[in-house]
Amino acid sequence: MRDEATFRVKAGLAEMLKGGVIMDVVDAGQARVAEEAGACAVMALERVPADIRRDGGVARMSDPAMIRGIQQAVSIPVMAKARIGHFAEAQVLEALEVDYIDESEVLTPADESNHIDKWLFKVPFVCGATSLGEALRRIGEGAAMIRSKGEAGTGDIVEAVRHLRAIGGEIRRIATLEPGELAGAAKDLRAPLDLVRSVARDGRLPVVLFCAGGIATPADASLVMQLGAEGVFVGSGIFKSEDPAARARAIVEATTHFADPERVAAASEGLGAAMASLETRKLAEEQLLAPRGW
Amino acid sequence: MNLVPRTPVGVLALQGDFAAHRCLIEQLGGEAREVRTPEDLVGIGALVLPGGESTTMTLGIEREGLAQPLREAAASGVPILATCAGLILLDREHLAVLDMRAERNAFGRQVRSFEADVTLDGFGEPLHAVFIRAPWVAELGAGLESIGEVEGHVIAVRSGPILAVAFHPELAGETRLHRWLIEQATAVAV
Repeated sequence: MRDEATFRVKAGLAEMLKGGVIMDVVDAGQARVAEEAGACAVMALERVPADIRRDGGVARMSDPAMIRGIQQAVSIPVMAKARIGHFAEAQVLEALEVDYIDESEVLTPADESNHIDKWLFKVPFVCGATSLGEALRRIGEGAAMIRSKGEAGTGDIVEAVRHLRAIGGEIRRIATLEPGELAGAAKDLRAPLDLVRSVARDGRLPVVLFCAGGIATPADASLVMQLGAEGVFVGSGIFKSEDPAARARAIVEATTHFADPERVAAASEGLGAAMASLETRKLAEEQLLAPRGW
Repeated sequence: MNLVPRTPVGVLALQGDFAAHRCLIEQLGGEAREVRTPEDLVGIGALVLPGGESTTMTLGIEREGLAQPLREAAASGVPILATCAGLILLDREHLAVLDMRAERNAFGRQVRSFEADVTLDGFGEPLHAVFIRAPWVAELGAGLESIGEVEGHVIAVRSGPILAVAFHPELAGETRLHRWLIEQATAVAV
């Protein structure tokens, strides 16, 4: 007997991506650069977050022809983004057989009340989270992988650190509670009780946790790995930098050797300029992406 | 009863689900060591090549200068358990430790990933196996033994102390293959 699309199979692919770097790419050429630099997967999208920020307007799922072109160009897994709540975009991405769907706050949300019912899909989903409760709500809806949101397109790591510390800190707190206190914790977190019990028992999320949003340097990757991320997404940080191939290789190396400062130092040498960055604290409320979704 | 090898089991830790293998080995009473550089290979009694992305791992092996030391470890009889991407690393086009050709993503993209019970010769009752964008062995050289198939495709190969499988025992709580590896290591260390 053969079972496809079980939760174990969906979450299993994320297990295989651990310790790796998932890179945003906008065409087949960039996808090849990413693969040759050691990316463990690519995220196909029409504009990287820094450009979405600059251009404004509604950001949507990418052109299927572009996604197919990237699928043909590389052999590593190809992910693509759907708008929050836009299950029809997700259906299209499933029809294209992308390997993971990112229900992403980087695109303009399609539904302000409901995220996609991810249990209905064969393709696994990754979702962003700023807190443990948000992560568990997404897993309750069927997400098989979580990434901390950070603030995409800024090159500023501060929000990624805030979100990872929030998730890690809440996990550690839940793990100290007595069984009788978990229902109250689930109420406060607005999260499903069975998932809160699982976190209390295992001291970790029930799925793989990556970090996204603001990673621009090898040291950024080392920082978030040391804070408990199991791998990293790099959006604008690579292809908006001066030397994308060198920076991509360096971030891959620093993610593998995140606990070895000498290796991170060596990887950081002579990479040219990082992406043009924005300080998150100076952005207006309506320019922030992380508060999208709930 | 726990099996205690006298030397650590190395787990290639460039990328992939190496932590799951390390946990399993430790649960079985073994000592695990993550391997990222050639120095990490010194003194190991067995080796796990885990799942992950084979292109990422291949580039990492190149960057770290690990190809030759890994081949030497295999040639000197260090027992190896290779799963999924690890199986690909052993084939002719990669480390060329085994005379076979692995077909990458042979079962298809992620939507075709699956779990199933498989029978491996020499391992008794069927094992529960998880196949994630899994390869199969498309060509098998002389002297290599296929010990398991799914839908007519070779998904497990044994050559002396080297066992390569296309699936993930570590994702399904299956301990027999790791127990086998530790037993092999114990035998070598004597």
